[in-house]
Amino acid sequence: MSAATPPRAASEGVAASGAAGRSDGVDRGRRQILAWGAALAGVTLAPGVMLYDLAHGRPPSEPASPKVRWGMLVDLNQCASDCDACVVACDTEHGLPRTKTATSAQWIRKVELKDARGGARSVPVMCQHCADPPCVDVCPTGASFKRADGIVLVDRHTCIGCRYCMMACPYGARTFVHEPVTGQRPEVPRGKGCVESCTLCVHRVDHDRIPACVEACAASGHKALVFGNLNDPESEIARRVASYATSAVRADLRLDPGVRYAGL
Amino acid sequence: MEARHTRGTAWARGLRVVLLLALAGTAAAAGVSASRVPLPALATGAGEACVEDTPTMRRNHMELLKHQRDRTVHEGIRTTRHSLANCVNCHAGKESGRVTGSKDAFCEGCHRYAGVTLDCFDCHADRPGAATTAGAVR
Repeated sequence: MSAATPPRAASEGVAASGAAGRSDGVDRGRRQILAWGAALAGVTLAPGVMLYDLAHGRPPSEPASPKVRWGMLVDLNQCASDCDACVVACDTEHGLPRTKTATSAQWIRKVELKDARGGARSVPVMCQHCADPPCVDVCPTGASFKRADGIVLVDRHTCIGCRYCMMACPYGARTFVHEPVTGQRPEVPRGKGCVESCTLCVHRVDHDRIPACVEACAASGHKALVFGNLNDPESEIARRVASYATSAVRADLRLDPGVRYAGL
Repeated sequence: MEARHTRGTAWARGLRVVLLLALAGTAAAAGVSASRVPLPALATGAGEACVEDTPTMRRNHMELLKHQRDRTVHEGIRTTRHSLANCVNCHAGKESGRVTGSKDAFCEGCHRYAGVTLDCFDCHADRPGAATTAGAVR
């Protein structure tokens, strides 16, 4: 579980101090102390006071930070089976077709789960933004990649449309563009011959905005989707993941998805 | 053209080439074709000046775009100076509102003239759109 994972800044700080301690030299002990000091200063000034802001206000000229792990919490107890606001918002945001055929692009979908006792759950499923994504493992061109902040994307400039990633993904999260596309949104380029999937609305996240599905879910009154930085203990998503049981779809695969479910 | 039937020395021919090139350069800058060589008549853009000087943009715009593209897709760097959206916002035709679609459109006009395939707009929007800052604040 993400809640059990220490903040990455802290673990990196400890790793750095270990490296300094191993170096040969007369001042080995002093270096060790300096490294510990640096590691401590890097984590906190006082409880709850971070030296740097992990998630907010990243200027456009700065790359995505590996200290951030974007994630989404889906609270299934809040999600209504007759609501598809997230799907509509996703289609609108990215210019995806609203009428779906067997081969249509679909980045988020609602799946009905039934158990043997008759219980039913309506589950929004999208790219789970795994920490160890199988789609990235199998991609022959490096087009499928994970960004430093944990968002799994397809670089359409290098995608050759082989669809290995679609087969490797255990969540069936990716679709292939079969037909020529017109009328794209400027911030969401799409075209025939590439595989695509949920981007966690990376174009909005990079401008300090929340994904379209999360916004639409809140507007519908259900508030089943929570987006945030899993590595920031102060964020709502991290506090909720720490305070009650959440799980991953196909947790047995140990892919450490960034999308987590409560009440699954 | 008056020099058409004259047989000059090599020096005169050289001068003529230089003059023609200078003329072509002026014509391209003014967006009109005044020489025997037809030039694409392109609207230059909405702003005062481009993000780099004209010779740099003519020769290297594809390199600038490629580097910006990799930085944006892989690293999430969203500076607009060399972004394709920035090109489109400024260079979209006044009537058509697009950078493709005709021989007068800024991108397609020149690419047609030069005989170079333009495939950016198979995927990218060829017209300005809504600002990227839409949506609820995190």
